[in-house]
Order: sequence, then C-alpha cells, then structure tokens
Amino acid sequence: MEVVHLTDPLKLACGYSLAEHVLCVETYGQLNRSKSNAVLICHALTGSHHAAGWHVGDKKPGWWDDVIGPGKSIDTDQFFVVSPSNIGTCHGSTGPLSINPKTNSTWGPNFPKLHISDWTASQRMLMDHYKIKCWAAVVGGSLGGMQAMHWSVTYPDRLLSAVVIASAMKLSAQNIAFNEIARRAIKEDTDFHGGRYQEKNKKPLRGLALARMIGHVTYLSDLSMAEKFGREVLSGDFCNEKLESVKFKIESYLNYQGDKFANGFDANSYILLTKMLDYFDLAREYDNQPSSAFRVATCKFLVLTFSSDWRFPPERSREITKALITAGCDVTHAEITSSLGHDAFLLPNSRYQQIFSTFMRRVASTLER
Amino acid sequence: MDKILDSILPWIPSNSRVLDLACGDGSLLENLQRIHQVNGYGLEIDEKSILECIKKGINVIEQDLDTGLNNFSDNCFDSVIMSQALQEMRHPHFLLGEMLRVGRECIITFPNFGHWSARCQLLFLGKMPVTRQLAYQWYETPNIHFFTYRDFKILCEAQKIRILHYDCVAEGYPDVYLKKIFPNLFTQTAIFHLSL
Repeated sequence: MEVVHLTDPLKLACGYSLAEHVLCVETYGQLNRSKSNAVLICHALTGSHHAAGWHVGDKKPGWWDDVIGPGKSIDTDQFFVVSPSNIGTCHGSTGPLSINPKTNSTWGPNFPKLHISDWTASQRMLMDHYKIKCWAAVVGGSLGGMQAMHWSVTYPDRLLSAVVIASAMKLSAQNIAFNEIARRAIKEDTDFHGGRYQEKNKKPLRGLALARMIGHVTYLSDLSMAEKFGREVLSGDFCNEKLESVKFKIESYLNYQGDKFANGFDANSYILLTKMLDYFDLAREYDNQPSSAFRVATCKFLVLTFSSDWRFPPERSREITKALITAGCDVTHAEITSSLGHDAFLLPNSRYQQIFSTFMRRVASTLER
Repeated sequence: MDKILDSILPWIPSNSRVLDLACGDGSLLENLQRIHQVNGYGLEIDEKSILECIKKGINVIEQDLDTGLNNFSDNCFDSVIMSQALQEMRHPHFLLGEMLRVGRECIITFPNFGHWSARCQLLFLGKMPVTRQLAYQWYETPNIHFFTYRDFKILCEAQKIRILHYDCVAEGYPDVYLKKIFPNLFTQTAIFHLSL
C-alpha cells in the first residue's frame, strides 16, 4: 500500500475546496514503458484500495481478487492496475476520520458533502501522480460502474475503455429508500451523538450493524439465500419453545455480517457515501437525456449485468446500453445468468469471467507497447 | 456469406448506422466496418457467438429478438439487417415491422423453401427436405417457419412494404442460369432490400 499525497487543491462539487488530500493506493503489475497499460479500479460503496492479493493476517484476499491477478480477467501480467481508496472512505484516505486542518480535530460529520464527480476528479489527479496520460480501462461494479461512466463523459480523451458492471445511471426510489433506512438506523443509535461519537469515545455499532444487515439483504437474492441458508435451524426446537426460541441460520449469518462490518467501518463515512450514491444522476447536467451525456464519450464500453440482481437489475444496464447506442458509442452488453444477486459481480462465474477476460484481452491487444 | 456480402454492400452507405439482428460471430459487421466504416451493432443470444464478436471487437448486445426491439427508438438506424434468421423467429411478421420501425431500410436474407430440390424431396421422397441451406433434420431444426421467395413477397405486399432491391444466391447448374427467370424455383438464398 502506498499513501499518495495530492497537494493541488481539489474543488468539490459542493463548493468546498480541499487544499490537499491523501489517497491510499494499491497497485498490481508493471506500468509499461509507454505508460499505456494502466487500469483504474473504482471501488463500490464500502470498498477500499485492497482489491487483490493477501495482506499479512488476512482471512480473505482483496475484495476483487477473483478478477485481478496473473491470468485473471484483469491480467496483471498485461496491465498495471491502480486501486485507490477514494476520499470520504475510512481506510486511510482523506475522509471523516482525518484531521480537518482548520480545526485540528477530526472532520467527523462535518466532512464536506461528496459527489461522484469529486471521486473522479481526485482519481484524475492520481493519474498525474503516476504520469499516466490515458487509462487502458476504467473498471468498476455498482458505484464503481457509475465512476467509470462518469470518467467516460468527463475526461473522454483519458480512457480507452470503460467496464460498467451491475450498475445504473441513477438510483431508483427503492434504492434511495433502502439507503435512508440504513442512515436512520445509524442516526437512531444512542451512541451516534449527531456524528460526534469519536469525541465521546463511542461508536454507533448497533446502528451501523443494522444498516449493513439491511444493505446486505439487498445485495443477495431470494434464491441465493434459499440456496445458502434455506430454513435451516441453528438452535432451538419447534416442539419445545419454552426453553429457547428457534434461531434460523440466516439470522446468525446476518448478525455476524452486521457486527463484523460495524467494527471495521465508520458511521459518518457510511452516511456520506450513501448520500453520494443517492445524488448521482449521470444525465442531470445533460437535460436528463442520458444519450446526450454519452455523446462526448469516445471509449469502448463493456456493460455487464446479472439476472438476479434486484439492487441494480438488468433493466438499469439495458438503459445504459440504450443510451450508449443512441449516442453512437461502441458498446458490448451481456446479461449473465446468476442466482447470486447484486454481489454476483464480486464472485466467480465462468461466463462472466470469460466475457470480461476476452474484452480485456482485446483492450490489451490494441495498446501501444 | 461472401455472395450475400457482395449483394448487400452497395445498399449500405459508408459511415451509416447499422443494426445486425442475429449477428452470429460478427463476420458481416466486421466486413461492413472494414469496407464501409459503418457504426455497427449486432444483437445475438448465442453465448459462443457473443464471445467471438468480443474477440473481433464488434459491438454485440445480448438480446432475445423474440421480445422485439422496443429498447430501440424509431429510425435510429440507417439499415437493419437480418441474415438467415427470420425463419427462426417466433413472429416473423412482427419482427419485420419492428425492423422497419427502428431502421429506415432493412435487408433480409433467408433460405428459399420453394427451391426445386426442397420441393422434390417432399414430393418424391415424402420427407421434409434437408438441403445445404436447410441443413437440419426436422426434429432438431431451429427453423420454425418455412417460407418461400413468393410467400415473402406476398407478406411484403400485405404489410405495404416496398421492395427496393431483390437478389438471389444460387450455385450450380441449372440454378445459376434459371434463378432470374424462375426465382421461386431456383433461388437458394433470397436477399431483399426493403423500406416502408
């Protein structure tokens, strides 16, 4: 991991300017002589710079280890992969846990409101840090896909291809609703203290766990939960409920996931980032015409979606592809059959890997050596 | 394929927008891009064919044509092509209408079931024809609608579709000589260029 200090001011969409900021970055593979083989990884809501490989003491590899590595879809023998933690997150890059130079205390709930354009602007500065002129690809799933799309319309001459997986051009009312339930769960925790929990040496663990449990359900599918847990009982007996009430396996799983997440994530970050997700609307500045937005894009697109994803269902990806075709952009679109819901983009699937690898090999074959 | 390509090339202007329905491995679009620099997209559902298109760098969209083309707006393409697939569609007449809604012109190619060899097999052997163009046994064929050159012309008249050009592919004797005189009997692959 590398901590990159970006010393130029970053003007945020909300009007606030960060005089300087830091990004934690992991890179994989080697940058070639003409610096043409760099791939930017855009993480999703709770992702980090640790996308691939194992750290000492890890129980799990990086969040996209199935995709990034030697011989994998994003082949690190071919590409130089750049994976930053973006601003506003809580894994070491500038965010609510960092010190506000003006007050000399942590930003906490006062960290400036973020838009996806702030992330791509910061990534654009990171590009200069590595002296990369043009990304071979900007790649991401979910919120990561939104960044890839935003790159394609904001810095069209700075990327050759964009891979947009399980994503959408804007959130639906249902998506926003789930995010608001999550935020309220956090805010209602008595340890939240209006976001100033750090000063009180507290953490709204219950609220954050609950928020994650809600989110987690929306990342799975009815079918994948049925396959993985069904109605399997962990403890208790239907015939004798006086001693102990019946506990299903899914309950214990969700509670475990919630608690694990709450201990590793920051509540203010979660609120900040879900808000950023809610605000995003690719076509807002283009008269609400997505095809007008894409008209400036010149890169080749790969749009992938999963059949059982109900967070960003296949229809959302079809809208992206329709807009791209209307705009005359080069696009390949595939719909992967999977029972794993939104999380499918993080998990192995032979057809997904085949398409992704084939597309990336094609990208590699067109690069200047 | 080359003969079909030769026929349709003059009907497709350079730099035009082309949609190829059931584009297969993308060869036709690859040729059109190379020769006419078209802005082309292919629709396909076969997984292997989709991968072949990606390998070639062809824009391919995974889409089932039987659900129609309602994700495309009116007249958003100059030409919509469907080569050797209309006989596999659930509602050919519906799709034909969709093609002419989405594109200003369309090009259809199909195996002519009225070819003499098909007729002879049915008439003299009493068996469903298996020819080079209709290369499947009845129980495994993807072709669910059999129609002839004449049938297709009748459909075009009924739907008030203008036939801009017609061409036919026929190889071997006597087909090459007689296809112009008796197209319904000697055409192996029919090629129609249509508009509303």
